[in-house]
Amino acid sequence: MAREDTLPGLVLRNAQVRPTKPAIREKDLGIWRTYSWADYAREVTEFGDGLAAMGFGPGDKLVVIGDNRPRLYWAQLAAQGLGGAAVPIYQDAIAQEMAYVLADADTKVIVAEDQEQVDKILSIKGQIPTLEYLVYDDERGMAHYDDPMLRSFPAVQELGRSKTGAYVKSVDALTPETIALMSYTSGTTGNPKGVMLSHGNLVETAKTFVANEDVRESDDFLSYLPMAWVGEGMYGMTVSILSGCSCNCPEAPETLERDLRELGPTGFLASPRGWETILSQLQVKANDTTGLKRWVYDTFRKAAVDAELAKAEGRSGGLGLKRLLGEFLVYGPVRDQIGLRRARWCYTGGAPLGHDTFRFFRAIGINLKQLYGSTEVSGLVSLQKDANVNPDTSGQPCPGIDVKIGENSEILVKSKGVFKGYYKRTDASAEAFTADGYFRTGDAGILDDKTGELLIIDRAKDVGKMADGTAYAPQFIESKLKFSAYISEAVSFGSDRDFVSVMIAIDPNTVGNWAEKKGIPFTNYTDLSQKSEIRELIATEITRVNTTLPQSVRVKRFLLLAKDLDADDAEVTRTRKLRRAYIAERYAPVIDAFYSNKTEVDLRTEVTFEDGRRSHVEARLLIQDAA
Amino acid sequence: MADANGHDSTLSVRGVSKFFGGVRANNNVSIEVQKGKIHAIIGPNGAGKTSLLNMISGFYVPDAGEIVFEGKTISGMKPNEIAQQGIARTFQNIALFRGMSVLQNMMLGRHVLMKSGVLSSFVYWGKAEREEVEHREKVEELIDFLRLNDLRKAPTGELAYGLQKRVELGRALAAEPELLLLDEPMAGMNQEEKEDMVRYVLDIAEQRGTTIVLIEHDMGVVMDISDHIAVLDQGEKIADGTPDEVRANPRVIEAYLGAGHGEAA
Repeated sequence: MAREDTLPGLVLRNAQVRPTKPAIREKDLGIWRTYSWADYAREVTEFGDGLAAMGFGPGDKLVVIGDNRPRLYWAQLAAQGLGGAAVPIYQDAIAQEMAYVLADADTKVIVAEDQEQVDKILSIKGQIPTLEYLVYDDERGMAHYDDPMLRSFPAVQELGRSKTGAYVKSVDALTPETIALMSYTSGTTGNPKGVMLSHGNLVETAKTFVANEDVRESDDFLSYLPMAWVGEGMYGMTVSILSGCSCNCPEAPETLERDLRELGPTGFLASPRGWETILSQLQVKANDTTGLKRWVYDTFRKAAVDAELAKAEGRSGGLGLKRLLGEFLVYGPVRDQIGLRRARWCYTGGAPLGHDTFRFFRAIGINLKQLYGSTEVSGLVSLQKDANVNPDTSGQPCPGIDVKIGENSEILVKSKGVFKGYYKRTDASAEAFTADGYFRTGDAGILDDKTGELLIIDRAKDVGKMADGTAYAPQFIESKLKFSAYISEAVSFGSDRDFVSVMIAIDPNTVGNWAEKKGIPFTNYTDLSQKSEIRELIATEITRVNTTLPQSVRVKRFLLLAKDLDADDAEVTRTRKLRRAYIAERYAPVIDAFYSNKTEVDLRTEVTFEDGRRSHVEARLLIQDAA
Repeated sequence: MADANGHDSTLSVRGVSKFFGGVRANNNVSIEVQKGKIHAIIGPNGAGKTSLLNMISGFYVPDAGEIVFEGKTISGMKPNEIAQQGIARTFQNIALFRGMSVLQNMMLGRHVLMKSGVLSSFVYWGKAEREEVEHREKVEELIDFLRLNDLRKAPTGELAYGLQKRVELGRALAAEPELLLLDEPMAGMNQEEKEDMVRYVLDIAEQRGTTIVLIEHDMGVVMDISDHIAVLDQGEKIADGTPDEVRANPRVIEAYLGAGHGEAA
C-alpha cells in the first residue's frame, strides 16, 4: 500500500482503493472526457518514468504554465513523485515577468500548455541557464518547431513506457518533509519569492479542511482558478487527491459560465471579483427581461435579503409561504442558472467581499462563506461555519491552527501548514517568523475575544496615519468603494496628507449598461470614463460610501482613470492586489494634482498587451471634489 | 502544370475576361496559384477583384478564357459543382444564416461532404447518426481551432462583426477545401480583429496545407502574409510577383499606392 502522507502516494492509493471513480475530467471538443483514478495514476507514472529517464530527480524543479489541464496536473504529480517540486506559474504573465521566476526557481523542465506559452519561453530561454526540456501539451502549430529542448507530452510518456519502475520506487521513498510545491508570491513589493510547501504542509492542511467542511468522495470541483494560486493547489488538487473526489477542467476561460452550469459543482471557490461578476451578470439579465419577470425577481430578491438581514440582527425572519414560493419561482431557478444548485458550500477569500453581494448569495440559498489564508500557510487559517456567518469576519481559526495578534495588529500563525521558507532567500525566510516561531502574515487583523472570529483590516504595512494623526487603512476605504457595482478598482491616497483622494477605474460592463439605458453615447473605455454623467454617477456612489466612513478619512477628491488597472502593466499583481509603490510612481502627476488644487491633469500612461507589445493611452483627466 | 520556376500550380486562370454590357470587369487576366501558398489579389475599387473571385467560384461564367483547377477545367461549372471539386469561399458581405447557431452554420458547411440519403436521414439511427457524429467531431475541431468554444450555441446574427467573419471562415473550412477563396476577410475590422484573422489565415495555410487566394484592401496585411501578389487595375493585371517585387513595381505605385496611399496604409 502506498504512503498516505504525500500527494503522489495518495494518488497511487486512490488507484488501488477507488480505481474506477472519476478523478479528473476535461471538456474537450465539446464533450466532458473522464479519467478515473486508475487512468490518473497510469498517466502520472508514465510521465514520471519519462522524466526520470530524462534525468529529472530529487530537488529538481518542474514548472507548469497554462490553463487548468489534466496533463499539467499529471506533470506536477510526476515531478513530485520523483522528489522534485512542482512550480505552477501564472499563464497570463508576459515573457519578461516569467523570466525572473523561471531563473529564480532553477527550472529544469517546463511543461507548457500550448504554442503561445512555448513561444514565450523560447523568447527568454537564454535567461534560464538551468532549463533542459520544454514539454508541450497541445500539439497545434508545433509542427515546424525544431528547438532541441522541445518534447511533446506523449513523447515523454512513450519514453516512460520503455523504462518503467523508477517512478513508483521513488514515490515509496518520499517523506512528508520533501518540498512538493513552490508557489511564487504575487509580489506587491519587490520581486516574487518562491514559497516552499512540503507534502506534509499540503496534506495536513487539506486534512484540516476536510475535518471542518463536508467533503465527499462523490464531490465534483470546477478547476478554473489559476494553477499558480495556492487556493487551486489546496482546494482543487490536494483536497481532491486526499478525499478521492474529482477535479473538472473547463474547456476554455471564455466558456467558464456554461461549463459551471453543465457541471454543477458540489463545492465552489471564487474570488470576491468572481462573485461580483456572477451577481452583475444576473442583474444585467434581470434588467433585460420582461416587466413581470423582473417584478417577480425583484420582489422575491428583496424579501430574501430582508429575511437574511433580520436573521443577522437576531429577529425572526418569518418568511414561511413566501420563502417557499420564492424558492420555487426565483431562488431555485437562479441557483440552477448559475450552476450552484448542487453546491453544499461555497467560499470566497483573498479580499473583502461586499456585504450586499455576500447577503444576496446567502439570501437565495447559496451557502457562501469566507475563508482566510495565504500562500505561506498553504491557503488556510480560518473559515466560517455554516451556522455562523458574519459578513465582516473571516470565521474562526481552524482547530490545530494557532493564531495570535502581534505588534501593529499583525496576524501571526503557527500550524502544520506553515511553509518551509522562501527558496534561496534565508534572509527573507528568517524575517518572516517571530522569535517564538510564528509566521508573520503581514495582514493586520483583530481576533474577537467573544466569538473567536478573525477580522482582517488591511496589509499591516499599508496602515498609515493622516496628517492629523488619525489611522488610515487604504484597503478599508477602497473595499467599500469597490462594493459599488460601477467601480472596478479604487486606489486611495491619504498617508501624511490632510484629506483622502481616490483614483477610480469604472466597471465598463455595468457603467456601459447604465450609459446605454440613459442614452449616453460612447465609443470605448477611455471615452466612457470621461463623460460628465459618469463622473456624477461615481460622485453619488462616493457620497454614499462617505456616510459610512469616519469624518477624517472621507474621500474629498477623485478622478476616473482612462483605463482599468492591469496586471500586464504591473499595476496590480496577477491576483489583483494593488502594487501601491509602483502606482504612486506611475501616477505621480495625479497625486500631485490631487493635493495642489488642480482640476485637471494630462496623463500619458503606457499600456502593455499580453504579448508584451506596448502602446500609450493619453487622456486629460478631470478631478472632481466629492461632497 | 508547372510554371517558369518549376512550381506546381493548383489553380490556373488563363486569359479570362468578363464584360457586363459595356463595362469591362476583367480583361485577359491570367494568374497561377501554387499549392499551399497564400496568394493575394489587390487593386483599387472596381479593379475587378471580386468578379475574378466570382468566376473562380462559379458565380460568374467567363466570357473568354478558361479556369483550370487540379487539371480540370472548372469555368462553366455551377457553383455547387465547383464546391464539390474542393473550392470554398467567404464573402465580402457576410453570408451566414443569422438565426442559426454558430455550430449549425458550420455544420452546414459540411453539407457537400454528407453522404446519407434522404431516406436514411429520416430514419437517422445507424448510418446517418454515425455520419452526423463524425461531422460534428470535425466541426468541433474547427471550433477549437478558431477559438469559438464559448459561442457554439450563440445565434450567429447576434455576434460582433469580426466574430461573424470568423464563423464564416469556419463555415468555409468545414467543407475541407483544397482551395480557400477569401473576399476581403479583414474589411471593416479593428486592429485586434485583423491581427486575429491574419493569425488564422497563416495557420490555415501552414497547419492544414490549404491553398489560399485572398482579396484584400489593407496593403500592410497583404504585404506581410502573402507569398505571391497579383495586382489588378481597371480589370487588367498590371503586376504579379512576390511582395517585394510588387512593392517596387512603378505601375503598382502609380495605380494603387500612389492614388490611395493614405487610405490604404
